[in-house]
Amino acid sequence: MVPGLWFLRSSIGKKALMAASGLVLVGFVMAHLAGNLLIYGGPSALNAYAEKLRHVPALLWGARLFLLAAVAVHIATSVQLAIENRRARPQRYRLQRSAETTLAARTMLLSGFLVLAYLVYHLLHFTFRTAHPEFSRATDALGRHDVYAMVVLSFQQPPIAFAYVLGMAAVCFHLNHGIGSAAQTLGLTHERTIRLWALAGRLLSFALFIGYVSIPLAILLGLVG
Amino acid sequence: MNFTLRVWRQKNAADAGRFEMYEAKDVSPDLSALEMLDLVNDELQRRGVDPIAFDHDCREGICGSCAMMINGFAHGPQPAVAACQLYMRHFKDGETITIEPWRARAFPVIKDLVVDRSAFDRIIEAGGYISVDTGGAPEANSIPVPKRDAEEAMDAAACIGCGACVAACPNASAMLFVAAKISHLAKLPQGQAERARRVLDMVERMDQEGFGHCTNHYECMAACPKSIHVQFIAQLNRDYLRAARTRRPSGCKSD
Repeated sequence: MVPGLWFLRSSIGKKALMAASGLVLVGFVMAHLAGNLLIYGGPSALNAYAEKLRHVPALLWGARLFLLAAVAVHIATSVQLAIENRRARPQRYRLQRSAETTLAARTMLLSGFLVLAYLVYHLLHFTFRTAHPEFSRATDALGRHDVYAMVVLSFQQPPIAFAYVLGMAAVCFHLNHGIGSAAQTLGLTHERTIRLWALAGRLLSFALFIGYVSIPLAILLGLVG
Repeated sequence: MNFTLRVWRQKNAADAGRFEMYEAKDVSPDLSALEMLDLVNDELQRRGVDPIAFDHDCREGICGSCAMMINGFAHGPQPAVAACQLYMRHFKDGETITIEPWRARAFPVIKDLVVDRSAFDRIIEAGGYISVDTGGAPEANSIPVPKRDAEEAMDAAACIGCGACVAACPNASAMLFVAAKISHLAKLPQGQAERARRVLDMVERMDQEGFGHCTNHYECMAACPKSIHVQFIAQLNRDYLRAARTRRPSGCKSD
């Protein structure tokens, strides 16, 4: 049986939706990196992969709509939870110290907002190709969209590469708390695995950061392109 | 030892309240924080000033009455103790100590440091019990309980309901309290019959009382005088998500 609307109003119901949609997006961020790393295989590998992704429009748009829904659910639940959390303590402490929490945990709303802001720019840049059309309209010798050239030409511009590094820092800072937190919220953790989940989340987010940021760095250093 | 106290004073629930400064002089380092307040209150009464109101009962760390934020930490900066077991030797001589009531919408201030924690009682009333006929104590071994389950149930049952978890939580969430109450029954055979209804109803009540939502900072565990582990919050989440598949909270008639 699927729970009713009451579930969406409950504290744990909203958090479970936020956690589950967050994990869907973590999966996407991992798969997206795997695709991006094809840039190290040269223009043919990356362009062929991009072409293949666009080969079945129904599948592509299905995936896009699914991810868009995950983003919408994640934002809607987190904003609602944040508002209710603010209301739960109308009068703040004069002095409140913390013993256990992390900077990443305390700034989830801010890092989440930065991720969203970067996501909009990122889509305009690479997906809709309106932010920097001068770098993104080329085709390769086989008449395919030249994704490789688009990425290389874009990241040869230090401001674009810098914005990308900042965007990825926000994503990975968000995941630093997000992955372990989602596991706890979905009840996947036990006494001994809570720390393991948190550690695995931190390591994964750091690995993702290294993986993503390696691309603009390699291009700026002239190793790729 | 001598201290300067910055204490929240509030006449009643309607009063806006403010901080007042008091001197605590010649305090023995072996006094607890509550005994230090007793000393200050004696002096205040001699001067004809209304003494600082605070909750206390057992003064041995098991009743959960004493509830105050001391220097930014629930029950003070020492781990795993209630304010009654917090000794003044842990503070620096001459230090200014800030003492405030728990701050949460669900815990309105009644007077000074005293807050109304009956929201916790209403959460327990919603399902934090097992329905059995009382009578003579049953034979302890008639229902076998695996050692590990018994230990975990006891770990959760150590909760004294003091509210430090709510006080320390950045979101004023009561999840650790509810998790402890859910878990100590969920780990035992006697708790199984009402397990699904219990978790749905207690969480429903928790939400209605205006507590915030857990975002896994784990400040509650650090503040808890009984060191209740956040693994029980995972247990609560698991039980809730499982129960939600088969039934709805008792208070939810439509949809």
